[in-house]
Amino acid sequence: MKLNCSISIFSVALCTTLSALPASSETLRLLTWGGYAPEDVVAKFEAETGHKVEVTKSNNEEMIAKLRATGGGGFDLAQPSQDRIAGPQEEFGIYKPIDMSKIDTSLFIPSMLEATKGNTTVGSDVYGVPHIWGTSGLVLDTSKAEMVKDYTDLCSDDVAGKVSYRLKRPTLIGFAFAMGLDPFAAYGDEAAYTEIMSQVEAKLIECKPNVKTYWGGGDELMGLLRSGEVVASMAWDTGGWKLNADNPDITFVAPAAGALGWVDTFALPAKGKADEAAYAWINFVMQPEVAAMITAAAGNFTASQGADEFADDDLKARYRASFPPEAIDNIKWYPPVPAGLEAIEGGVLDRVKAAN
Amino acid sequence: MRAEAKLGLILLLTPLLLWLSLLILIPHVDMFLVSLRERIGVGEYRISFANYLTFINEPLYLRTFIRTAVMSTLATMITLLIAFPVSYYIAKIARGRVQSALFLLCLVPFWVSELVRTFGWMILLRETGLISNLLQWAGLVDGPVEMLYNDAAIMVGLVYTSMLFMVVPLVTTLESLPDEVIEAGYDLGGGGGAVMREIVIPHAAPGIVSGCIVVFMLSLGNYLTPIMLGGKDSLWFTELIYSQFIVRFNWELGAAFGFLLLGLSSAIVWGMLKLTGQSLEKTMG
Repeated sequence: MKLNCSISIFSVALCTTLSALPASSETLRLLTWGGYAPEDVVAKFEAETGHKVEVTKSNNEEMIAKLRATGGGGFDLAQPSQDRIAGPQEEFGIYKPIDMSKIDTSLFIPSMLEATKGNTTVGSDVYGVPHIWGTSGLVLDTSKAEMVKDYTDLCSDDVAGKVSYRLKRPTLIGFAFAMGLDPFAAYGDEAAYTEIMSQVEAKLIECKPNVKTYWGGGDELMGLLRSGEVVASMAWDTGGWKLNADNPDITFVAPAAGALGWVDTFALPAKGKADEAAYAWINFVMQPEVAAMITAAAGNFTASQGADEFADDDLKARYRASFPPEAIDNIKWYPPVPAGLEAIEGGVLDRVKAAN
Repeated sequence: MRAEAKLGLILLLTPLLLWLSLLILIPHVDMFLVSLRERIGVGEYRISFANYLTFINEPLYLRTFIRTAVMSTLATMITLLIAFPVSYYIAKIARGRVQSALFLLCLVPFWVSELVRTFGWMILLRETGLISNLLQWAGLVDGPVEMLYNDAAIMVGLVYTSMLFMVVPLVTTLESLPDEVIEAGYDLGGGGGAVMREIVIPHAAPGIVSGCIVVFMLSLGNYLTPIMLGGKDSLWFTELIYSQFIVRFNWELGAAFGFLLLGLSSAIVWGMLKLTGQSLEKTMG
């Protein structure tokens, strides 16, 4: 290189610009959720590190399906929920272990980092570090559906025909808790889990006439709640808080049985090519100021130590209104889903959808 | 010379063969192999027909398939009933610029994506939507009416999305029918009904059949319309395939469903052709 550089002034100029950039600039193909990689954060990252970022928005199931289709290729960094890493990793081997020495652990809230590491460990390797956390529970129009306190209240006659929830696993889990069962305790026992799910299935079929429609995407639910066609629903906390900004009657309520807590993580796909950029992105977005920018876009809080100070006051107020201290203690955090449980849940969901 | 001609033929055929084998044949073979796998443990599989047996033993899947097939057939018939008079008017009655303008009107909705068209119907049909508000304003109903999330809404969506694919083959075949033949029918004392039955419909039969096949296949394989307009009761076979692949990580069962859909829909089309005495060559040729 030195020899080449001395050839002409032009090359010298070129060489200096090259050496001004970091060792190598990579393209980071990020597989994430809507709002987790806002444009201003991406621009700041690209300016500071020289890496390029390509964002693909997805959800848990699609992330796993996409990575499974390519054996863990096509993306350099994915953000599945912490309970959905160990199972698919054992079954399909789509991730590679995280090198903790390349991560600035001082940026993370220690308890959350340890819990996520524990839940995403397969063998002796860690496959995930936490990024954003939140809960799902009830989003209600409190002026019309004040009587709804728990998931099973969605089946009451007071809100008949004005209810919406997703036909996905959080609904099954939520209803099971509201019915006094403990699905998480039965995760390891397929027979017991099947028994719990069959009770939930009966309840959901009984509840079906109450439901206006099963929502699929967040925007669809927003439309239904905004227009007043739906007054009580099961959804993410951020959805409720966003609507609360437009209509003070609508907000997120932590159900009596407990909100369901999730943590979305960073995981490295097995055939990812830009590990350096991936680690750089993780360490970049976990800085408190950057984490606060993501919180502003996604509406959820991050696992970044000290980012709360930078968060918007309105959001903090909404969070406190939805979560009195006892509701925070009552949050049910998803434990890792063992491989194979999806098949049991799938049968239940299909039968509920088909019931008249 | 002969060898050169052969080489030319091979070179000309190569793109087509590559296309067919790489994009159609190989994925299907792979899919078929996946459908024969049965999961017996974490990352362990063995070859069996378990996935096909699941389809037969679980009444839900069979019911969903029958429901999808019946609804698609119904949608095809409704599309034909609406499209035939329209096509007849465009091909035989309208002239000059009116003819082109009418044909263009059938085409225009297809310039936007299917998703947007379906959203359009959702805006019209929903409880706080246009039709509901119009009915209330006119005093015909007291409260808001929900017209979305039922089978009728799915049917409307399916017929609307596939209308063009019926109109185009019908217009083409009807245009090839000389007006003199119709006039001769009337001159020989036939009434409107007899002329339609004896002359127009037999002539248009290939167009009707090819239109029906396309519309039936499009409806059967439609994913968006049933999901968005059908809501909680949509239950469409393609939805089952999607959820097996994406939500359940059960590629094996999804692949089996995919093959069953392919086989059963081909069987239905074949049965229809036999029933109407048409052959595929006549229809497509």
